[in-house]
Parts: sequence; structure tokens; C-alpha cells
Amino acid sequence: MIVAALFFYLFAGLCVAAAFMVIAARNPVHSVLYLILAFVNAAGLFVMLGAEFLAMILIVVYVGAVAVLFLFVVMMLDVDFAEFKQGVLQYLPIGMVIGCIFLAELLLVVGAWAIGPGIPHAIASPIPTTIPNTEAIGLVLYTKYVYFFEAAGMILLVAMVGAIVLTLQHRVRVKRQSIVEQVSRTPATSMEIRQVRSGQGLGGSA
Amino acid sequence: MTIGLGHYLSVAAILFTLGIFGIFLNRKNVIIILMSIELILLAVNINLVAFSSHLGDIVGQIYALLVLTVAAAETAIGLAILVVFYRNRGTIAVEDINLMKG
Repeated sequence: MIVAALFFYLFAGLCVAAAFMVIAARNPVHSVLYLILAFVNAAGLFVMLGAEFLAMILIVVYVGAVAVLFLFVVMMLDVDFAEFKQGVLQYLPIGMVIGCIFLAELLLVVGAWAIGPGIPHAIASPIPTTIPNTEAIGLVLYTKYVYFFEAAGMILLVAMVGAIVLTLQHRVRVKRQSIVEQVSRTPATSMEIRQVRSGQGLGGSA
Repeated sequence: MTIGLGHYLSVAAILFTLGIFGIFLNRKNVIIILMSIELILLAVNINLVAFSSHLGDIVGQIYALLVLTVAAAETAIGLAILVVFYRNRGTIAVEDINLMKG
């Protein structure tokens, strides 16, 4: 039990510290790297909660895809990020006040919550104890919540198409293959039959 | 010394507040604002998974999976818009984004 508590405090402390460094780092590249650290530690917290599948998904999706996307964009844009940091102190007090009020309210809620009497009877699908977490999620996700699953797939498809359409640019000097043009060619438009006299070639008559 | 639901909810609350604070602190830099939104969504996911584990209901983890999907889509679209804006205007400073005079 003491080992579990130690690991919880390790993961939670590192996660909060990394999250603080995300918003406090001067260099956006460092921010992205701290974001990766925060997500890895959150995945550790998920493992401790018994949600192994979500932990692995978090690492694959965030560390593997989203963080790399952030890194690419930060490195691709030639922006002077140092000038963004000017005037931070101007926003520090108001942000501090709102953040402290918000945190105090949230912690008050966390300190005083209670599970309602009807909640334990209203559980939609209890976690099975005999099968692994991934199998349990699959059994529910592909049967009871299959429409939500398909909606999530549609959202990802729309996001993919949108991102491609937004960032695709046609350069004018690049030769491109036009399939319509190729397919609609006929012998009449592409060939010409000439009678070539011997010794003269096409030079004079063309 | 046992770790209960309250501990996880506290971590999520701190992460959520750090996300909000990050939006206030870095309001000139869109990229950091997007990262702060990621932190907020991570806090929501920790809450969902903590309640799922505490109540013994696996639906919370399904919800967290869907939130993860939407977060990934949002990041991809946001960064794509950012790249297009930079290509057109040559800047991503938030105070320069006033094309629509909103």
C-alpha cells in the first residue's frame, strides 16, 4: 500500500510540475517536451487506477501524434517567440487571482463531495473482475456504445479531411498529373498523319 | 496513507487550474494556449477515469476515450488553421489576429 502511495505522489507531483513548466517555459519547444512529460505521468496515474488501455492510448495518441504535431508546427513557423513573453507580468496578477479562486473552489468541492444514495444502483456497466481492462472496454464499446464509437470515427475523419484541405497548397510551377485530361484524349486530338516525301522531311511543309 | 478518489480529483483540479492559468499567462502565444487546452482536457480525463475506477463503472473510460478523440481532432484542426494563418499573414501573435474585427 505504501508503494502505491509513493508511486501516486511521484506521478502526481511530476505531472503537476511538468504542467506548470508547460505554461512557464520560455521556449515553446521546451513547453512541448514538458507536455509530453505531463502526459506520460498522467498515463502512470491511469495505470494506477486500473485503466491500462487508456494509459497506452494516451501515450500513443498524445506522445506519438499530438506532441509531434506540436513540435512540427513550433519548428516550422519562423516566429520570434521571445517577444511573446513580454508583458507577461501585466497578465500575471489577474491570472493569479482567477486561478487561485478557481482552485480554491474546486478543492472545496473535492473536500466535501459525497456519493448520492441512488448512484451505486445506477451503474450502467460494471467493471468485470475476471477479464483484462482492454477486453472489458471492447465488450462495451463495440456493443452498447457502437454509435458513439462510429461518431468518434467520423469526427476523426472530418478532422483529417479538414486539416488536409486547409494546409494543402498548389504550387503553380509544379507539373501535375491531370487524369481527366489524360483519359479524355482521343486519337483525333493527339495524332496527325503526314505523308513525308523522301529527301525533304517535314521542314518545308510544316 | 491510502490513496482515494479525493487525491485524484485534487490532481485533476490542479491541472485544470494550471490550464486556465496558462491561457491567462500566455495570451499572446496561440501555441501555448492550445497546449493549455490540452492540459484542461487531460484534467477532465483524469476525473472521468478516477470516478470510473471508484464507482466500478467502465462507462467513464469510454467517455474518456471519446474526449481523447475530440481533443486530438481539435489539436489537428487548430494547428492547421495556425499554419494557414501564418502562411497568409506572416504572424501568429494573438493581437494581430483581427481580420474579422470581432
